Amino acid sequence: MTDNTAGGDVRLAGISKHYGTFTAVHPLDLTIPQGSFFALLGASGCGKTTTLRMIAGLEEPSTGTVSLGDRDVTQLPPYKRPVNTVFQSYALFPHMDIFENIAFGLRRRGIKSVKKQVDEMIELVQLGEHTRKKPHQLSGGQQQRVAVARALINHPQVLLLDEPLGALDLKLRRQMQLELKRIQTEVGITFVHVTHDQEEAMTMADTVAVMNAGRVEQLGAPAELYENPRTTFVANFLGTSNLIEASVESAGDDVVVSAAGTALRLPAARCSTTPRSGGKLLVGVRPEKISLVPAEEEHTVGAGRNKITGTIADSSFIGVSTQFVVDSAVCPELEVYVQNIERDARLVPGARVVLHWNPEHTFGLDAAQDIDAGVETVEESA
Amino acid sequence: MSATAAPPQAPAPAEPPVHRPALRKKLVPYWLLLPGIVWLLVFFVLPMAYQASTSVQTGSLEEGFQVTWHFRTYWDALTEYYPQFLRSLLYAGTATALCLLLGYPLAYLIAFKAGRWRNLLLVLVIAPFFTSFLIRTLAWKTILADGGPVVGALNTIGFLDVTSWLGMTEGDRVLATPLAVVCGLTYNFLPFMILPLYTSLERIDTRLHEAAGDLYATPATTFRKVTFPLSMPGVVSGTLLTFIPASGDYVNAELLGSTDTRMIGNVIQSQYLRILDYPTAAALSFILMAVVLVMVTIYIRRAGTEDLV
Repeated sequence: MTDNTAGGDVRLAGISKHYGTFTAVHPLDLTIPQGSFFALLGASGCGKTTTLRMIAGLEEPSTGTVSLGDRDVTQLPPYKRPVNTVFQSYALFPHMDIFENIAFGLRRRGIKSVKKQVDEMIELVQLGEHTRKKPHQLSGGQQQRVAVARALINHPQVLLLDEPLGALDLKLRRQMQLELKRIQTEVGITFVHVTHDQEEAMTMADTVAVMNAGRVEQLGAPAELYENPRTTFVANFLGTSNLIEASVESAGDDVVVSAAGTALRLPAARCSTTPRSGGKLLVGVRPEKISLVPAEEEHTVGAGRNKITGTIADSSFIGVSTQFVVDSAVCPELEVYVQNIERDARLVPGARVVLHWNPEHTFGLDAAQDIDAGVETVEESA
Repeated sequence: MSATAAPPQAPAPAEPPVHRPALRKKLVPYWLLLPGIVWLLVFFVLPMAYQASTSVQTGSLEEGFQVTWHFRTYWDALTEYYPQFLRSLLYAGTATALCLLLGYPLAYLIAFKAGRWRNLLLVLVIAPFFTSFLIRTLAWKTILADGGPVVGALNTIGFLDVTSWLGMTEGDRVLATPLAVVCGLTYNFLPFMILPLYTSLERIDTRLHEAAGDLYATPATTFRKVTFPLSMPGVVSGTLLTFIPASGDYVNAELLGSTDTRMIGNVIQSQYLRILDYPTAAALSFILMAVVLVMVTIYIRRAGTEDLV
């Protein structure tokens, strides 16, 4: 169980889960490389926790196999898998003190002298003075650390984390994110982290799999997912995207599209679908990529940039940035985030403005999907 | 409103609204306690005091009883009836152990495995209460009747050989033996064991089972290290709710037993209602109470439930 050397990849091959007629997870193939910090991101009910529980052995897959390294563990009960879980509610044993909670896994494997290891682990999660307390005497953050220590002490091949930070307040959550990341780097164990918090997934994980309705929509490094979403769900769920419905004017290496008479350009390489002349395309751009100038300064905008004219409908001052909502014929309610470096007093609601951005920062998505996919789920989880 | 009239008047009405509701609120718990306290005073404390005084009286029914502080009654009662005392504790203890053995799996099943059948099963557990205690116990007389199918079956599988070796039955009879009394006690007090067990098992978060399994505990170890320790409050209250009334019970011994299976409850009952020796009856009651109280205290200390959440 301490063997977490080469070949410890977690491999899911065609696993799915049905509950009666409901399909929680559609057949899924996934390889989680050894030693990586992998996040399963999605709204509640997307199948991410079910996937995690199938790796843990707490849920039996309807089809497919789970392998750890070269070993098929699909038929193994949880207590025989070299995998440990940090549960969402921590599930600490209320009748045992912190020491016994952490020692539980070691004792079950027949290890007699646990003191040294437990003390080291208590040290790692910085709970020194709480060794003999009961779980209910600790705060949420401390309980969470006990849950992590209790799992990690077994040196599992894979540590599964089921929304472990969900019950903590924002500040503590940020702190624990860094803490977990530090521990992961220190111990080098594969972490599979389930979360609905896209920011958490992006800050912590090397690889993020975005799940929606029982399927993995897209998988990749956080920056890759953010910059190149391949579906509207990913574009909307991960941060915010301005999605513009446009028709393709000319396709080539450089795609020219038009929306409400405004021509926009984007590189074909950044389209997740092959654009065809006369076809439709959803053109996306992130709010922070857009610059904003008052209409009368349109001449200052460089040639070759994508330009849209509109009217500021709303602005909110956030501190580091100001978030504008701009209405235009091209698209209602375009979002623009402007860094508060020099605040232009003319940028107030009602002002005519020109939005412009580098065509390289534009991405294209298949128009045959729901443009609002993933939008509400973000608000729900916020 | 004149400016001069305002200052002296203003503070006066301002203060009472702050204090009066607070005082009234403080009294609320006492008002809520009152009916219960009155009830206990009239129907528990007063009879107890009356019995205590009866237990140190001497006299006869014809001449009347006087308080003579005759504590010897206690000693006489104890030396004369200690076999019945011991028998009561033995029968009640056996019945409690049987209730625990029978009730725990059932409570476990209802709490964790019954799913949508849970409520139905709970109703079935308390269903016997819909008939009178007496009728149910009389029914056992028929069930355990000599030559009946139950006794026949027990005889065939050799069960009665085991029980008669244990001294709980004689020959191929069950009725009028200790086994019959223990069976009746077990049956009658089983729901009092199952319900507290169910309540404390049901409160256990099933994710703790998952966590234990995840931490290499086999299902059996999970039960031993997690489920059972967490159900201790239910085990303690269930055993107390079974043992205490069972040790004072006389109906089962009266209907299912014989003169050889008389429990202390039967002695007290006959002292009161047949022999009319009230002081001895009262003394026996107090001895029983004291014995049970001591045993329960030791038991609770040993079980260490105050350590549980």
